[in-house]
Amino acid sequence: MPTDATQPLLSVKDLVVDFKTRAGNARVLDHVSLELSAGKILGIVGESGCGKSMTALSIMGLVPNPPGKITSGSISLDGKELTGLDEETLCDIRGSEIGMIFQEPMTSLNPVFTVGEQIAESVRVHENASAQAAMSRAVEMLKAVDIPEPDIRARAYPHQLSGGMRQRVMIAMALACRPRLLIADEPTTALDATVQAQIFDLLQELQQETGTAIVLITHDMGAIAELADDVAVMYAGRIVEKGPVSDVLSRPCHPYTQGLITCVPHLVPDPPLQREALREIPGMVPALTNLGSGCAFEPRCEKAFAKCKTAKPELIQIADSQLGACWAPGSDNT
Amino acid sequence: MSLTQTIAKRIGWGLLLLIGVLILNFTLISIAPGDIADSIAGDMGGADATVIEEIRERYGLNEPFYVQLWRYVSGVARLDLGFSYFYNTPVTELILEKLPATLLLVFSSQILAIVLGTLLGVLAAKKPNGIVSLLVTFLSLFGFAAPVFWSGILLIIAFVSIFPLFPVGGMTDVTVEGGFFVQLLDLLHHLFLPMITLASIYLALYSRLARASMLEVLGADYIRTARAKGLPQRMVLYKHALKNALGPLVTVAGLQFSAVMSGAVVVETVFSWPGLGTLALQSILARDTPTIMGILFFSSFVVIVVNILTDITLRMIDPRIKAS
Repeated sequence: MPTDATQPLLSVKDLVVDFKTRAGNARVLDHVSLELSAGKILGIVGESGCGKSMTALSIMGLVPNPPGKITSGSISLDGKELTGLDEETLCDIRGSEIGMIFQEPMTSLNPVFTVGEQIAESVRVHENASAQAAMSRAVEMLKAVDIPEPDIRARAYPHQLSGGMRQRVMIAMALACRPRLLIADEPTTALDATVQAQIFDLLQELQQETGTAIVLITHDMGAIAELADDVAVMYAGRIVEKGPVSDVLSRPCHPYTQGLITCVPHLVPDPPLQREALREIPGMVPALTNLGSGCAFEPRCEKAFAKCKTAKPELIQIADSQLGACWAPGSDNT
Repeated sequence: MSLTQTIAKRIGWGLLLLIGVLILNFTLISIAPGDIADSIAGDMGGADATVIEEIRERYGLNEPFYVQLWRYVSGVARLDLGFSYFYNTPVTELILEKLPATLLLVFSSQILAIVLGTLLGVLAAKKPNGIVSLLVTFLSLFGFAAPVFWSGILLIIAFVSIFPLFPVGGMTDVTVEGGFFVQLLDLLHHLFLPMITLASIYLALYSRLARASMLEVLGADYIRTARAKGLPQRMVLYKHALKNALGPLVTVAGLQFSAVMSGAVVVETVFSWPGLGTLALQSILARDTPTIMGILFFSSFVVIVVNILTDITLRMIDPRIKAS
């Protein structure tokens, strides 16, 4: 299927996901819209519980149901609608057209199968490949993610590999069927800082080689700055700001984005006499079951005024291609 | 440590354990009041002191304890478990004649309980609030609450008296004639009720355990990975989840094996199954000490072998288990 140049590879429109909880209905995603063109990297940032992972699971069709449910909205991959598809069709898409890697490489691999088997399995299922062909693809993939002695490592069990190695295996597994979209859900959170950089480098390298589009979910603003083309900032189930990375990072319009950027610690080569204290955003993410009628960020916002308490700001155009959801958008405090 | 080394080590320990069991059995029975001489004299309808002394002399009962013990242990090493005065047959011969019937009953009921229990557990875990899950909960409560002598008798009333589908007891029907398959069918026909009875408790245990174990495994991150790879549901369940959930099941099945052996004694009695259980009961009633000790030895032997097999199976399932 040739990809239309103007049509994005992935398009999420007004996605609403609700969870039934004891405390009432929780709207974990509230009219989320995202677009990602083929071969690009889209970063999604935000605190824990803001809906980043749920966006990823919705795209994969893996929202736990019950208690979760896609209430409305659409997700389309290359023009094909994914919401409402039956399980069998979704199984065909998962792993072959969309690959996913997770936060915890330690527990995301099955401990009782060799890593080679776990990579080859997906090739066997999606491409009807023979066991031998699938295994040689697995070895090839291990080599592609820079694992030394890939033919020997293919026979290793996950517990025999380090955390960084395991995340490389996860990447190899997700890319084994050459998907057009890769979702990386905080791929480096559980890893050492030096290994984090290696994994990001690897993702970038593979993305340039294969042209796979990537949705990169992370807390790491540095990684976003370095890797992503576009970025979406999420707060309490909504997108509060999105646009090209260069614009959003240099001129953040939403106070939350501004807060996130000032939270990033800087390494100062020569310690200044008065070291600046590390900034934080005061307060906590609100419970999704009792969001008021106003802006969800209002209780934590330094610039909040009367209107913020009563009315939810819509996501509107702030600059050329930058969108923000704030009654007082501006970039005055950076 | 390689698998062969582990097995060799386990067999070594198993042998030591068996010797320990022999010494313990022999000591316990020796310090119990009364001896074979009294029982034989009792069977003879009473005897005077000189006759009893003669019997003692003949059976070597007047020799010091350690001599008797050594003679017994070294006899066992030559597969000579002594002589049953009650049956007038060597004990080894007696046991080897009855052992196959018991092993058939024990293994068939265990295989049934493990396979069916696992399957029910998996189906229940798939829908924790579904009908199968309810059935498993009910079955396990019933299975735990109902003793085998009672459920066995209920089965006899139901399937022998009311619906005469199965024979009341025994292992074969002497009036049945025919080739191998006819005989086999007759055997299975007799086996059915005692097997179901003995399996019922363990079916309850294993289905509950499999349900709990599967529910835990299904929440694991690697199951989410398997789903994200686009594997069909049955592969996620029966390959990725089940292989991880089997560990606790195999462990418990191995540990329970000695309980199954003693459960078999009761079931064999209820269904007149001509196995070791019936023999054990008769020899206890007759105070046939060599036979009792022989049966204890053989059942310990079977339990130890099953435990070694359990260890090997666990190692094959989970590569992280390393025998230390």
